[in-house]
Amino acid sequence: MLSPAEAKVVLETALLATREPLAIADLRKLFDQEIGGDTIRRLLEELREDWTGRGVELVNLASGWRFQTRAEYQRYLDRIDPEKAPRYSRAVLETLAIIAYRQPVTRGDIEEIRGVTVSPGIVHALEARGWIDVVGHRETPGRPALYATTKVFLDDLGLRSLQELPPLEEIAKSLELATPAPEPSEQRADAGGGETAPAVVASAA
Amino acid sequence: MTLALVHSTAQPIAKVRGAPLHELPPDLYIPPEALEVFLETFEGPLDLLLYLIRKADVDILDIPMARLTEQYLAYVETMRSRNLELAAEYLVMAAMLMEIKSRMLLPRPKAADDGELDPRAELVRRLLEYERMKLAAQKLDRLPQRDRDFQAVEVWIEQSLVTRLPNVNAADLENAWRSLLARARLRRHHRVTRDELSVREHMAIILRQLASGEFREFAELFDPWRGVSVLVVTFLALLELAREGLIDVTQAEPYAPIYVKQRAAGAETPASETS
Repeated sequence: MLSPAEAKVVLETALLATREPLAIADLRKLFDQEIGGDTIRRLLEELREDWTGRGVELVNLASGWRFQTRAEYQRYLDRIDPEKAPRYSRAVLETLAIIAYRQPVTRGDIEEIRGVTVSPGIVHALEARGWIDVVGHRETPGRPALYATTKVFLDDLGLRSLQELPPLEEIAKSLELATPAPEPSEQRADAGGGETAPAVVASAA
Repeated sequence: MTLALVHSTAQPIAKVRGAPLHELPPDLYIPPEALEVFLETFEGPLDLLLYLIRKADVDILDIPMARLTEQYLAYVETMRSRNLELAAEYLVMAAMLMEIKSRMLLPRPKAADDGELDPRAELVRRLLEYERMKLAAQKLDRLPQRDRDFQAVEVWIEQSLVTRLPNVNAADLENAWRSLLARARLRRHHRVTRDELSVREHMAIILRQLASGEFREFAELFDPWRGVSVLVVTFLALLELAREGLIDVTQAEPYAPIYVKQRAAGAETPASETS
C-alpha cells in the first residue's frame, strides 16, 4: 500500500502523461482500486494547491482532471508557434451559443432564433471540433437531427457542466410586460376592491 | 453632412416606398464607402433590426413601428441598389414589419381587445431571444479556449516513442529464406516461356478475357503462378491497351479495387482514365 505522498506522485505522473482529462474512476485504476475516490479527490486538491504559482495548473473539468497551461502564459507560447488559432465567425459562435443554451435543438430551431439559414459548413465546423453531436431526431416530418454540446466542449472551455456557462443576459426580465395577457397576481393587485373589470393592458403606439 | 449634400445633387441614394431618398436619415448616416462593409457585418434581419433599435435607444418593448419599418426598408433598399447579395430573409422581415405596422393602424374592436396580443409581441420575443443568444455567443468567445488561450499539458513519455515490434528469432528467418528459395525454384520452371512473351500477345489474351464486355477486377487478369516476367508483361499489355484506348481502367477511390473493361465499339474517346 502506497503512502499518501507516494500516491500523490503517482497521480501527478499519470495526469502529466495524459492530454485527455482523467476521471476519478480512471485514476483509481492506478492503484488497483485500493484507494477510494474520496481520498483521490483529496489528493488531487492537494496537488492543485502544490501547483499554484506555476505556469501549469491542475483543473477539474467535465470529463475529469487535467494539467493545462495557464491562460496568462499563452502569449509567450504563441511566440514559439506564431500560427494563431483561427477565431470562429459570428455565425459559428451564435450557432454554438444556441446549441449550448437551448439544447437539444434542430437546425430549424437555430434558424428560427438567428433569422437566417444555417449553412451546413457551420454545423460541420462545430462537429469537426467535437463540440457538438447529434443526440437524436425530432419526430416531426423529415426527422430533423437534434444537436447538443459534448463533454469535449465543456473540457475545452474549462467548464465542469453546462451550469457553469456564463449566465444569459437578463434582458428578458421585462418581457412579460409586452404580453398583454394579464398575470393572475397582477389582476389581483389591480382588482383591489374585488371588482372584476379586466384591465386594458395593450396600448397602441 | 457635406457628403450627403453631394449625394443630393446627383441621384437619390435610395427609394423608400417609391419616394426617392436624397439624404440618409441623420441618425443612420454612414460614409458611403463604409456602407458595403458595414452592411455585410449583419448576421441577418434580426441583427439589423436590433442595431436600429439599440441605436435609436428606444425601448425594445415599445418599438415605434413606423420609424423602424422606414429605416429598415431604407437599408434593404440600399443593399439592393448596391447589388449586395440580399438574402431572402431580409425581404421576409420587411413584409413582417409592414404587416405589424398595418395591423397597429387598424382600430381595435373593444371587445376583442382583451385577449388579442400586441402585434409586436412575436417580433419582440424573437428580437429578445436573438439578442440574448448574440450576447451569449460573445461571452462564450471570451471564455478561455483550449489551443487558443491555453494548452493541455503532456510530458514526453518514452513509451509513446517505442512502437512494440514482434520478436523474430533465427529459426523464423531461416524458414522464411527456405520458402523463398522453394518458390523461386518453382518459378524458374516456367521461365522457359520467357522468350515467347510478347506484349502484343498478352494484349490479345487480355482482350479475349474481356470479350464479354463486363468489368473484370484488375487482379484477376494476372496469373501469379506464371512468374514475375509474365506479370510484368501482362501489366505492360494492360498499359498499352489503355494507351490505345481499347480498354477502360477505373477505380472508384484510392485503394479501392481497380476494374478493367473493354471499351465499347464506337466510343472513341481519348484514354483519360490511364494514369
